Amino acid sequence: MSQLGREEALRLARLARLRLEPDEADALAADLRSILALAERLSEVDTDGVPPTSHVIPFATPVRSDDPVPSLAPELAVANAPAAYATAFAVPKVLENEEEG
Amino acid sequence: MAGRVEPLGTLAELRAELAAGTSSVAQVERALARTEARADLRAFVRLRGEAALEEARAADVRRGAGESRSPLDGMPIAIKDNMVQAGEPAGCASRILEGYCSPYGATAIERLEAAGAVVVGRTNMDEFAMGSSTEHSVHGPTQNPWRSGCSPGGSSGGSAAAVAAGLVPVALGSDTGGSIRQPASFTGVVGMKPTYGRVSRYGLVAFASSLDQIGPFARTAAECAEVLDAMSGHDPRDSTSLPEPPTRCVEALCGDVAGLRIGLPRECFAEEGADAAVLERVRAVAAEFERAGAKLAEVSLPHTPHAVAAYYLICTAEASSNLARFDGVRYGHRAEGAKGLTDLYERSRSEGFGDEVKRRILLGTYVLSSGYYDAYYRKAQQVRTLLRRDFEAAFESCDVLLTPTTPETAFRIGERSGDPVQMYLSDVYTVSANLAGLPAASFPVGQVDGLPVGAQLLGAPLEDAAVLRGVDAWQQRTDFHLARPEDPA
Repeated sequence: MSQLGREEALRLARLARLRLEPDEADALAADLRSILALAERLSEVDTDGVPPTSHVIPFATPVRSDDPVPSLAPELAVANAPAAYATAFAVPKVLENEEEG
Repeated sequence: MAGRVEPLGTLAELRAELAAGTSSVAQVERALARTEARADLRAFVRLRGEAALEEARAADVRRGAGESRSPLDGMPIAIKDNMVQAGEPAGCASRILEGYCSPYGATAIERLEAAGAVVVGRTNMDEFAMGSSTEHSVHGPTQNPWRSGCSPGGSSGGSAAAVAAGLVPVALGSDTGGSIRQPASFTGVVGMKPTYGRVSRYGLVAFASSLDQIGPFARTAAECAEVLDAMSGHDPRDSTSLPEPPTRCVEALCGDVAGLRIGLPRECFAEEGADAAVLERVRAVAAEFERAGAKLAEVSLPHTPHAVAAYYLICTAEASSNLARFDGVRYGHRAEGAKGLTDLYERSRSEGFGDEVKRRILLGTYVLSSGYYDAYYRKAQQVRTLLRRDFEAAFESCDVLLTPTTPETAFRIGERSGDPVQMYLSDVYTVSANLAGLPAASFPVGQVDGLPVGAQLLGAPLEDAAVLRGVDAWQQRTDFHLARPEDPA
């Protein structure tokens, strides 16, 4: 099992779009190590040839008639937006100084 | 405290009061007043006040005209803070949803409203339903009505406490790994997780979509049956809802368990990791069922020791994906003064989510990340298949299974919060029903040192009625469900 430390916690946080203080990253790394130690026990289980569960109660893909129904009104859809411009969500500029994580 | 207000009774008792001349307005007023009087419990995070009274008035008018919608018409109920109602706030006990007002309503709640039920308010919970104690809430912890300073369990601890303390007769919770059954056990009420897909998840804020299910809390199996019958059934807006009509549990309650085959899974009665007094109580329940005519058989669920690990890998993986939608753009908390979009996401999420939610998002991100997916997530889903096969084999010779709900009675608030693994391990008896999609209910079977003990009945998929029939038959023969916590002096 990997030695999950501060750097790995910070990497995961970047992937999950979270920002951690160094001491927070240390504490979470320690928690993750103890949870993963529990998960390691699964390696004792022989799962050769066992299909992973995709749905607990298998049934055919549901289909419904293709009837148009009203969708959420745009004004309502943006009613909770922290910042909106007409019926659009307003965000900071994305094309300058934007680093990719 | 606003003075003493007597607890509300069961749905049947409230209906008897209506027949004797009281009104739904009076009953909803009493639910609101009693909730205010027991504000010390912190069971509710919001009351609907005048809006609820308005709906009660309409129910009274219908009743006067002989046009009641159903036996639930005018009945006060509570819903957990992770279910949405059109035009109402929904917060998931999280800072990130502060100020959110839902533009649409959950199917399960709309069905109960169509039957006339009156939602009096929203109950406290662990943030995004992640927790087993109702401590991880932006509103502060809910108290156990049986002992102040003790947890009511979680994550639906507010709903459980509300029913246990008689603030409402019925409340809805959601159960992803035991979040209805464990608090039901800790507070001495009945809590039911239906078969996965029985109740629409539309309008339930998603935590782990393959495990989440809405279900009722009440004092009796009969009330849970009534509520489940009213809110279950296929919903075209939830593609995982089963193509089945609503349940007909009420008519299955015959009070009789003669010939019912009850399996006792060996792995759930192992001495290690469980309180001996709790196991003894549950064994006594099995003996009581046998005296009532049920047939007992020992069965084995060999993969049970791996259920908790599989559960935490799967639920955190799904949570990390589901909670990606909280980004500070479309709703909820947005950090001030962000420099660019990534900065906005990161700061809004870091400010908005609590520690347990961050912990689970990180774990879920890890188990889904490149290089670890097969070892953790895929492995866990394979173990899930093996666990389902264990149950299939057990249900070949049994109608229902009986286990403890929790290894211990209620713990003290704060006692577990520093050790997530210890907290997770206490879900050992409940997570399997979610992993396998089975119906399961916890019901009160007595006390140990003044705190309630719960037992759990599990059924095969779609056998929700068999589970409630068993609990109802037990309640017909015993009076543990009549025990009530006392109000503080």
